[in-house]
Amino acid sequence: MSLGSVPLKYRIQIDRQQCMQCMRCVDNCSYGVFREEDDGNILIDSRKCTACHRCISMCPRDAINLSERPVDYRSHPLWTPEAREDVINQSRSGRIVLAGMGNAKDYPIIYDRLVLDACQVTNPSIDPLREPMELRTYLGQKPSKLDIRKQENGEIELNTKLSPNLELQTPIMIGHMSYGAISLNAQLSLAKAAAKTDTYMGTGEGGLHKDIYPYQDNMIVQVASGRFGVDINYLERGAAIEIKIGQGAKPGIGGHLPGEKVCTDVSCTRMIPAGSDAISPAPHHDIYSIEDLAQLVRGLKEATEWKKPVFVKIAAVHNVAAVAAGIARSSADAVVIDGFRGGTGASPKVFRDNVGIPIEAAIASVDQKLNDQGIRNKVSVIASGGIRNSADVAKSIALGADAVYIGTAALISMGCRVCGNCYRGLCPWGIATQREDLVSRLDPEVESEHVANLINSWTLELSELMGAAGINSIESLRGNRSRLRGYMLDEGTLDVLQVKPVGA
Amino acid sequence: MEPVRIDARGLHYTPLNQQIRRAVSEGATEISVDNVLGQRFIADGLKGEVTIRINGVPGGDLGMFMNGPTCIVKGNCDHAPGNTMDNGKIVIHGSAGDAVAHSMRGGKVFVRDDIGYRGGIHMKEYGEEHKPILVVGDNACSFLGEYMAGGIIIVLSKSGNTFGGRGVGSGIHGGEIILRGKLKERQLGVGARITEFTEEDLEKINPYIEEFCEYFEIDPEKYLDTKYTKVVASSSRPFAGKYVWE
Repeated sequence: MSLGSVPLKYRIQIDRQQCMQCMRCVDNCSYGVFREEDDGNILIDSRKCTACHRCISMCPRDAINLSERPVDYRSHPLWTPEAREDVINQSRSGRIVLAGMGNAKDYPIIYDRLVLDACQVTNPSIDPLREPMELRTYLGQKPSKLDIRKQENGEIELNTKLSPNLELQTPIMIGHMSYGAISLNAQLSLAKAAAKTDTYMGTGEGGLHKDIYPYQDNMIVQVASGRFGVDINYLERGAAIEIKIGQGAKPGIGGHLPGEKVCTDVSCTRMIPAGSDAISPAPHHDIYSIEDLAQLVRGLKEATEWKKPVFVKIAAVHNVAAVAAGIARSSADAVVIDGFRGGTGASPKVFRDNVGIPIEAAIASVDQKLNDQGIRNKVSVIASGGIRNSADVAKSIALGADAVYIGTAALISMGCRVCGNCYRGLCPWGIATQREDLVSRLDPEVESEHVANLINSWTLELSELMGAAGINSIESLRGNRSRLRGYMLDEGTLDVLQVKPVGA
Repeated sequence: MEPVRIDARGLHYTPLNQQIRRAVSEGATEISVDNVLGQRFIADGLKGEVTIRINGVPGGDLGMFMNGPTCIVKGNCDHAPGNTMDNGKIVIHGSAGDAVAHSMRGGKVFVRDDIGYRGGIHMKEYGEEHKPILVVGDNACSFLGEYMAGGIIIVLSKSGNTFGGRGVGSGIHGGEIILRGKLKERQLGVGARITEFTEEDLEKINPYIEEFCEYFEIDPEKYLDTKYTKVVASSSRPFAGKYVWE
């Protein structure tokens, strides 16, 4: 007896009265939902739909309608349709279920249970229109004290050797998404946007394509366990180097870029054989301890003559604070914490949805631990994984982060609708694909403008939020948990966050 | 230019590397570093055509990210010489620790005696010019050539003891591991398979064996036959059958 088919995930319907049979839906859908019949009718195969909205956004008549889960199951609070369908899928295949984008489980969102403060009467708020707001952020080691001498001629002499820092004009950076996982046009759009907004973006573990070289001063080059694309020129080109230990979407495991995505160009940029799987092992095989991590940090610094900051990225897991304290002692200049909502092109679903902890709790516990140990100045803290708007940025900084990485939000600003099928390689928006006709849909000139608009508008909102709270420098917001209150958060979580409840 | 001599006694690795870099930028093609004792990262990220003779025992990650130079070590090495090396040569007159030639993408590493665990892990090749070669004179430990994606590892077992480790080539998806003598199936890692070592294979590795023997003044004749086992990948897509779409 066969298991039969499972009900449709999405149903696509065309309002035939509205439709002008322009066939834009047929041309735009890379998944093959629409087919033009000989008589000019459009045939629909809803089963192929991924809800990417490409057809809907391109339809000049708003004639296309999409409904999610049009077929009901017998309702059951435990055996959700998804739980049942995963069982059926695995019964058929005997394989690991692969999923795209971030954690899709309905966990409470701590950001949405935190509220920000504003001034009333006793402490005036500041209008960013007429007062300068300081959003400039420096990432890297800070000295524990400064040795300053005044010379006879009145000049100030600094005798402390400063570590190299990155200077950002906004605390918002673009996270690591590799060429291979995303298209070159997508990466180029992000790189141009980073340059326009005076911030930085990550290369991911995909090497640095020569078309990105003009933006290398805004690039943070990643070194991960596959060492893809890593050579001395790559290290020298980057503004900073980031060692990737783990990732929020799949803590504890490596990455596999499927062979079909490894075209000649991707192969050359990653410096790997074309057509074979690009395998990033779970651990770095030269890092089996915190001492080994220090060895790699120093190895990278020595290779680049101690001119570049080195970041270490980890997934937010149970003992994230202790791990971060170890990283702070490894000569690293920043620790990047990626929360369990972090996005990805592909992750085993069981990891994406069940492993790791929320970024909000991780930021607070890391900041607290580093402060308790008196080493907060030794590293900057960069937070990522599920940051959706400027309020999330402000709350992250108030919890103790120095800056944030955004990933999914930047992709949405280029067209992504979070359909989560990135691993299929057919992204109709030209983002998560290497198919030339699809990639050419994405114009880096236009999309870089969109991404830059997003960063600029969040930066504006951030300065308004700060002004309302009577704060004129991002430094005064950092780790300033007294400007946060928890709404409907349990005592244990409030204790970890070191935040008072509303009204207190 | 005259050969440059550097005394590394009591010197930290950073000033030592600074001296080496300065000499190279001034045009030195021969550098001798004496009294080396545990300094890590020697020739880290170094570019250019230069031969560095290292007298003593260097610390970990010798020739990391190196692109071009030749390092000749008169002594043993710590872990991971040739880590993520791009091009160049490392010749070790002695033994080396774990993860030798880790992620090496080009160039050659010759070790006269033994190496530790995880030798040649994740070595990879690409294009025409990047094909890493690791030759070990005597023996290697377990987990040799894991995740290998290209290049050649040769283990000559010169003292006569054949490779006794296990987990050879786990996750290998490119390249070749060539071991003197016979290997048992149970010594293989997941994704690796044994294949016949042919005359063509010998022809291919012949120049590397000769080069190795020349450095260490060994008669190559003894090694120029087909008494080897060749380990390759069962598939260039080891993970292709592991996942199903949501």
